[in-house]
Amino acid sequence: MFHLFRQGLKAAWPICLGYLPIGLAFGVIAGNFGLSVAEIGLMSLIVFAGSSQFIAVSMLHAGAGLLPVVTTTFVVNLRHLLMSSALADRLGKVSRPLGALFAYGITDESFAVNTARFQDEDWDYGRALLVNHISNAAWIVSTMLGGAFGRFIPEGGLGIDYALTAMFLCLLVYQLRNRLHVLVAIVSGILAVLFALWLPGNAYVILASVPAAAAGAALRNTLAREKKGPPVEDPS
Amino acid sequence: MNVRPEILLLLAAMGVVTYGPRWFPILFLSGKRLPPWFRAWLDFIPAAILSALIFPSLVTKGTPRTFLLWSPELMVALPTFLFALKTRSLGGTVVVGMFLYWAVGIWG
Repeated sequence: MFHLFRQGLKAAWPICLGYLPIGLAFGVIAGNFGLSVAEIGLMSLIVFAGSSQFIAVSMLHAGAGLLPVVTTTFVVNLRHLLMSSALADRLGKVSRPLGALFAYGITDESFAVNTARFQDEDWDYGRALLVNHISNAAWIVSTMLGGAFGRFIPEGGLGIDYALTAMFLCLLVYQLRNRLHVLVAIVSGILAVLFALWLPGNAYVILASVPAAAAGAALRNTLAREKKGPPVEDPS
Repeated sequence: MNVRPEILLLLAAMGVVTYGPRWFPILFLSGKRLPPWFRAWLDFIPAAILSALIFPSLVTKGTPRTFLLWSPELMVALPTFLFALKTRSLGGTVVVGMFLYWAVGIWG
């Protein structure tokens, strides 16, 4: 049990490190906008989705009502649909309650760490769940700390603001398993920049990754057919 | 330590619409035999998503976003990426990225 926990912690610490400055910043802003520390903690517990929480409190501050805030939250977090689909394929058969519990902790960060681990280690449901919940705890605690003591914390210490970007860069490296993955990543990145410049919000994540991944799958299918192998190589 | 009822209602609604997209694919897809083309597509999703998350944060800034050819984020990303490629160490990459970003902030 302790061993399992240590493995989860080892996988999740970059996420926790990255969540600290973002959580603190969120807590400070939400506190300044009139949310109590308890409300901040509850939001991090119930919603657990960083960027949508930032957007929600700034919309509330601007006087938006319940429906616009909830609709925006839905759209901003729709990208988890893709991550959950990819994780469902790797989790294999899990019972309904265990699947429901795991789904709660799917974020950009836990998704990235868990897919990398599932790929080349004996990673399983329990370890992946630990990553989700350790990250969740770090998020809740750092947002509440920000709400309670944020004013006394210096900004941008030790480049900690770059922790998540650096983590994503390394996790992307893990995903570049062959030339097709590199191609998909480049296409998706360029599409994402174009959509990000064109549209507000974060729809660019879905709009770029869906066609880029489809192009990769189609190209792999074509290449396999040319080699007269099986129509589609089974992904690991 | 007060929680206003209208805030609680809002949080509950936000929680429901956020949880749905996280849960439905696991509920309906896990343990199922998925068609090969769909599995092939899912296999490329992590690389595509990570790339789509990273690129705009390196070369765009502000709201509305504008293009930036040379940001500190991008300048640090290149050696950080090479370090990750060479070592494949997640912890090392995070520390190197943070250090470089901090150093660029001091000298930049």
